[in-house]
Amino acid sequence: MILIGERINGMFKDIREAIQARNSGSIEDWARKQAEAGAHYLDISTGPTVPAEEQPEVLRWMVETAQGVVDLPCCLDSVNPDAIRAGLAVHRGKAIINSTSADQERMDVLLPLAAEYQAAIIGLAMNEQGVPKDANDRLALAMEIVANADAHGLSTADLYIDPLVLPVNVAQEHVVEVLETLRQVKLLASPPPLTVVGLSNVSQRCPDRPLINRTFLVMAMACGLDAAIFDVNDEPLVDAAATAGILLNREVYCDSYLKVFRKR
Amino acid sequence: MGVELVQERWKGKLYTLTIGREPNQVTVGGDSTLPFLDLDGGTYSRPVSALTVLDQRPENWPDTLAGAWGDVLDDPVKWAQRCVELGADAVVLRLISAHPERGDRSPAECAATAKAVAEAIDRPLIVLGCSVDEKDAAVLPVVAEALNGYNCLIGQATSENYKTVVAGCLAHGHSVIATSPLDINLAKQLNILMTDMNLPPERIAMDPSIGPLGYGIEYAYSIIERKRTGALLGDRMLAVPVICLVGEEAWKVKEAQTTDGPEWGADEPRGVLWEAVTAASLAQAGASIFVFQHPEALRQFSLQIDALMGK
Repeated sequence: MILIGERINGMFKDIREAIQARNSGSIEDWARKQAEAGAHYLDISTGPTVPAEEQPEVLRWMVETAQGVVDLPCCLDSVNPDAIRAGLAVHRGKAIINSTSADQERMDVLLPLAAEYQAAIIGLAMNEQGVPKDANDRLALAMEIVANADAHGLSTADLYIDPLVLPVNVAQEHVVEVLETLRQVKLLASPPPLTVVGLSNVSQRCPDRPLINRTFLVMAMACGLDAAIFDVNDEPLVDAAATAGILLNREVYCDSYLKVFRKR
Repeated sequence: MGVELVQERWKGKLYTLTIGREPNQVTVGGDSTLPFLDLDGGTYSRPVSALTVLDQRPENWPDTLAGAWGDVLDDPVKWAQRCVELGADAVVLRLISAHPERGDRSPAECAATAKAVAEAIDRPLIVLGCSVDEKDAAVLPVVAEALNGYNCLIGQATSENYKTVVAGCLAHGHSVIATSPLDINLAKQLNILMTDMNLPPERIAMDPSIGPLGYGIEYAYSIIERKRTGALLGDRMLAVPVICLVGEEAWKVKEAQTTDGPEWGADEPRGVLWEAVTAASLAQAGASIFVFQHPEALRQFSLQIDALMGK
């Protein structure tokens, strides 16, 4: 299971303030804290408050700041391709681009960028018409992304499909469609694309969000989920991911499996 | 029509274990694919073959085995030198005389023997205790100290005695054999416990215990194979090389020992074949170090490996 730490994002108040003041402290703290908790990647997002023209410079600074204190690759999270490119230019290791949609004009810009920098990329199973209602329509969009990635010489082993998780309190019927999409995405190509979800979205504005998050994570893992962007400092959540990995026979059991899971 | 080969892409590889002193070091591990598989572009290392020396005259060895060694059986130093002449990559010294019922020799006596053997050979030395946990805990740290500088591989460390064995090896620059009872979960756990003591994984060899041909080899095979694929999939606590004590196990079985089985054919090659076939099978599962007792078994195994490696 690939853990992508969600915390370095301008949507969080401390990160937003750090960006405004160009004060590296909070970004460095969260880079370290998430690395210690077992993150494999750090999601890096300026958030929506940074003006578009400043986003490239800010994202580049955030990547340099985070990678200045930990040896982890980043998941470069922006709707602005210029910001993604600026981040890739200074990034060490294999980055993940987060993300392209299935819209042709987005794919035409972002897939070549991934190929140029040998980065992986997340493809969202949505287009300008929004998030599809059911699994079949999500899969159709995923297939378009797979075909376009192939056309740009990108291996499907470097493509993550995100079936798009919506909050259970307003779009309850979507959850089972997401699970079904996760199962079937693996049939689209060989090697199969990887799968990723933005986990915390499932519990937006719900009471007891951690319970919903970890229940959903385990269900999604049972459907073949490979990676998730989430709060890696939520210990019971990481414990649940480790335990699901054991129960699904993805990892060889040992008594110290919770500790080993975080070391990887 | 062309056929495109389906290739696995592994993300993990085995740690590299090096034992012995320059210029006679032996290295195993580093493998990044399944054994003897060239197609995926990964690399695998040639298995290492070692011969066993006991520190006292063996009891209950059948003539077909004892006869291969002749007069060196009373002298571990000469025996070790013979192992080198016979082409062993490394020599294994089994300190059987430390066993409470086989002489109960003291740690100091065992250490003196080990030192004498190490000095007499230009091959890496692997030292095994007597397989009694408490006695090995007393003996092996003293042996480790006596062998300081020889960069040996020392065991067997078990879940019961690993703390003292690892501490001794850490202090004197040796690697450790982690022994577990045919159970991959316990094997992984022991590796974790040993690395928690700051023993680098590059200084561990796993002894998963084996059953010989006809006596549970399937269990050993599947554990070693699962360990190998787990390591290649990125599980670092399974990514240490495997050592198999094939000689000890193969020569215990009645098919190898008996001289009263005419329906099984001649006695002479039977035990040798039992040992060689056990080893060849486990090499295909992914083990790295093979400890033999009969020199002819080592020779036949080496021919097999040559063939598998296209030599």
